[in-house]
Amino acid sequence: MIHRLVFENLKHRPVRTLLSVVLISAQVTMILTLVGLTRGVLGNMQKRAKGTGADVVIRPPESNIASMSSTFSEKHVGLVRQVPHVSVATGVLVHPVSNFDTITGIDWDEFSKMSGGLEVLEGKRFEKPDDLVVGRVFAKQRKLSAGMPFVFGHKWNVAGIVEEGKLSATFADLRALQDIFVEPNKITMVYAKVDEAKNINPVIASLKEQLPGYQIYSMEEFLSLFTADAYPLILPFTRVVVAVAAIIGLLVVFLSMYMAVLERTREIGILKAMGASPRYVLGILFRETIVLALAGTVLGIGLAYGTRALMAVVAPNMPQDIVPDWYPWVTLIAVGGSMVGAIYPGLKAARQDAIEALAYD
Amino acid sequence: MTEIEVRGLTKTFRVGEVEVHALRGVDLKIERGEFVAIVGPSGSGKSTLFNILGGLAPPSAGTVSINGQDLAKLNDAGRTELRKKAVGFIFQKYNLLPTLTARDNIEIARHIAGNSGTPWDAQYQELLKLLGIESRLDHKPRALSGGEQQRVAIARALVNHPSLLLADEPTGNLDTENSKAVLSIIKHLNKRLGQTILMITHDPEAAAFADRTVTMRDGRIL
Repeated sequence: MIHRLVFENLKHRPVRTLLSVVLISAQVTMILTLVGLTRGVLGNMQKRAKGTGADVVIRPPESNIASMSSTFSEKHVGLVRQVPHVSVATGVLVHPVSNFDTITGIDWDEFSKMSGGLEVLEGKRFEKPDDLVVGRVFAKQRKLSAGMPFVFGHKWNVAGIVEEGKLSATFADLRALQDIFVEPNKITMVYAKVDEAKNINPVIASLKEQLPGYQIYSMEEFLSLFTADAYPLILPFTRVVVAVAAIIGLLVVFLSMYMAVLERTREIGILKAMGASPRYVLGILFRETIVLALAGTVLGIGLAYGTRALMAVVAPNMPQDIVPDWYPWVTLIAVGGSMVGAIYPGLKAARQDAIEALAYD
Repeated sequence: MTEIEVRGLTKTFRVGEVEVHALRGVDLKIERGEFVAIVGPSGSGKSTLFNILGGLAPPSAGTVSINGQDLAKLNDAGRTELRKKAVGFIFQKYNLLPTLTARDNIEIARHIAGNSGTPWDAQYQELLKLLGIESRLDHKPRALSGGEQQRVAIARALVNHPSLLLADEPTGNLDTENSKAVLSIIKHLNKRLGQTILMITHDPEAAAFADRTVTMRDGRIL
């Protein structure tokens, strides 16, 4: 019976109910989008690293996974090549263009030997120093086609478009990139391929001996670095967004329930005249709150699919994952925040004087 | 057998810094099965007496006994319990919950009293027939006329078989025809079911339906 009253009350004020649900869903979508984007972008980076076909990654001392600014001498590539069981080794230079964009300088032939080659979908590989090869998604996002000029930290000519999934979305010739950005003979990383899987660990051990202080990983170890923990700002940022989202939900429900209690003063008086206890009245409002929060959560989860579709159009290089393991958390945040928001209006209703409430018009 | 016994009842409100003496020593005895009308001008204390007898407000002093239970000794929770089972209310403005159908308005009173889940008994079905609302039970209040709403309110007030039915200006919002119909039903309930009824009214014609009329003025019974 009480559930019917709860649903009828929610149906009776459809605009208020709908607005509350939509606003609660916004916090849920906000959280799921942020977490999904973090996972999607990191997953994309993992996929690209794996796509190099390398077994071992060598990075300079004190370099950070989140920043590619540290460089070291290209002569180390020769040293890596000399280690027994290393079949291919190639150096790459990652040059940051903006906060989120980089250009990767590669030796096309060496990289092809290691990765199986970049699949050219349109145009050709880079041949001149100002030639740039871009990934399919990147080209679609920037509306680029082969033969077009493109200013991207430098005046480039788009030589070709390649399938994505290997190392980067923008490639230039390693020498040209070194020359253009005044970093002669400097590289950011060395990727090495080992003849047999069983020789990976001995190769790493040998490299660590010859290059003390350098960061030397198997590809498996390297991929495991692509987590939110590797990016110091992500976790606090996520926490702030979750906290803001929870506060929004709390305030939405507070306002909604406060309005509901004011609107329903007389009805609360009627219930009290019939013998409804403060707990009974509180129970009605809390049930309404839970229904609103759950409906908002379901809508928010649905809208997260919408933001994923939107990101695929607006920023295809930032894929958003769907994160079902976060559904219990967003439900908890939405319901918890809403319940806190409903406490004051609920107590106000529960403490309502029946005589005053019945006299309310 | 005495249903209600009020002795030396006083009620004082504080409005700002002014003390308002709404009841100044009321003595009243109502026998079981009696239909009593309380009349008097505005401010005479009728509504305050109604609220105290219904357990909606505590008395300031004196004793108020309903079925031998002293209301002066009850706290908020005790008065809530009293309203659940011992008292049924009929209000001038019907006071039905607008979001529920007539049936659910009745059912929620049973739910609050902890009596829901069982079908309505034959006696209650007969009461609904007497009230003439059987075919209107699945309508919401906005689809019912004033007279129908008041009859649903009467059905709701009696669903938990209270020992006392309190009616506050039950015909105040009705036209003459509906007023007579509602008063006839109330009278009928009193005669046929032996329901104890206390009705507050300022309408002498309505008061004439009662067995006895008590007049109040300035917080006292004359």
